[in-house]
Amino acid sequence: MKDFSYFPGCSLHGTSREFDESVRGVLGALGVNLHELEDWTCCGATSAHALDEKLAVEMPARNLAIAEKAGRDLLVPCASCYSRFKGAEYAVKEHGEKVSFPYKGEVAIKFVTDYLCDKPVVAEVKKQIKKKLTGLKAVCYYGCLPVRPPKLTGIKDYENPMHMDNLLKALGAEPLQWSYKTDCCGASLMFTRLDVFKKLIGKILMKAKETGADCMVACCSMCQMNMDTRQQDAEKDLGKAIGLPVLYYTELMGIAMGHPDVETWLKRHFVDPRPMLRSKGLL
Amino acid sequence: MDASEQATGKNVSLLSQVFHDSGEKIQNCFQCQKCAAGCPLNFAMDILPNQVFRHIQYGHRDKVLNSKAIWLCASCHTCSTRCPNSIDIAKVMDTLRAIAHREHAASGDKSISMFHKFFLVLTKYTGRTWEPGFALYELQSGGLGGFMAWGMKAFLKGRLGLKFGLIPMPGFKGDKKFRDLFTEVNKGGAR
Repeated sequence: MKDFSYFPGCSLHGTSREFDESVRGVLGALGVNLHELEDWTCCGATSAHALDEKLAVEMPARNLAIAEKAGRDLLVPCASCYSRFKGAEYAVKEHGEKVSFPYKGEVAIKFVTDYLCDKPVVAEVKKQIKKKLTGLKAVCYYGCLPVRPPKLTGIKDYENPMHMDNLLKALGAEPLQWSYKTDCCGASLMFTRLDVFKKLIGKILMKAKETGADCMVACCSMCQMNMDTRQQDAEKDLGKAIGLPVLYYTELMGIAMGHPDVETWLKRHFVDPRPMLRSKGLL
Repeated sequence: MDASEQATGKNVSLLSQVFHDSGEKIQNCFQCQKCAAGCPLNFAMDILPNQVFRHIQYGHRDKVLNSKAIWLCASCHTCSTRCPNSIDIAKVMDTLRAIAHREHAASGDKSISMFHKFFLVLTKYTGRTWEPGFALYELQSGGLGGFMAWGMKAFLKGRLGLKFGLIPMPGFKGDKKFRDLFTEVNKGGAR
């Protein structure tokens, strides 16, 4: 067993439960033992860095100090938390910023997607495939923070990332190439400027549909929540039906690896992916 | 007056204030407009990112701090990764919002600036983002139905569990040191 500290973040304990459950399910099947950080708090998300740059470093630093004390590498599934953590690490290590918590910038912070798309892990996943995702056409939607800014994420092909595409290929699916992989879904405006936000997700969803995808595959809980649960708003705005299921890559891994809880995760989606998956013989 | 006082006082140019707070060299911008071209929010902005930079260079404090653009920026970092002069434009947007918030500038988009403050006031006490709390934001901002109807559907779909979704502060013990982090940010507020 490999042991990691785990920071689920607020969304994964709230409206993105199926991401948390599928991440835990898939990592568990791969022999990873997760230890959720004790007494963790919000990373500050968009709001902290929008109003107070000091707070935007302090809030992650509190959690990173807990992780550092725990002494294990830290796995973070949420793209927003991951970005804030890497930002705080950068501020402390590169700029010598002082924080109120005993955090020295020593704990390794890993994004779950990067971990699962790493070649040795993909090789291990391949060994565990029970049902190949044959005939499933998917567009990978990376969004912003899983790849940008590259000085924090370390992603080299940030304009046209391929790691999730390669993972899907390994699962037997057919990843389609499209030009909106890393376009912003406008998550930070979801509660405040629905008018603007609807335009952004509508544009991306329509492009995915035009590309001929059966589903969109996301690695960020904000992206998935917006593309799935707000799709009806975009449909109203555009005056046409989209009906595109939006899945987490971990859910597809769960299907391919035959995880017993897959149905529980999938039934939480607003755009039910189960009819499409059944028609392909994948459920 | 020491350097930091100088840089945070209103008698200092916006250019030097932004440089002091962000460490980014605004002067290096030569108006190639790559940031504006790639910005996913450009269609909704009153002034484009490159224009924000020009106005900072000219010292047009109100034009910049009262703009919609600084609040509409979604921090997607597309501009920062494409800037040929390696200016972290998304970071500068953060700095501008923080200055507007601290100086109680007239907010170019109150719905956005008020939401961020609401989010942080709520999180100060709950420790973790408590999503049903956003319904309170909707109530106080005068909107009714949109988010709450969405939240109800999310709950019925099982996306929002009882244990974490409806009851705030699960697991978080709450401590003064955490709440004290919010002292400064709570004082500010773009009008």
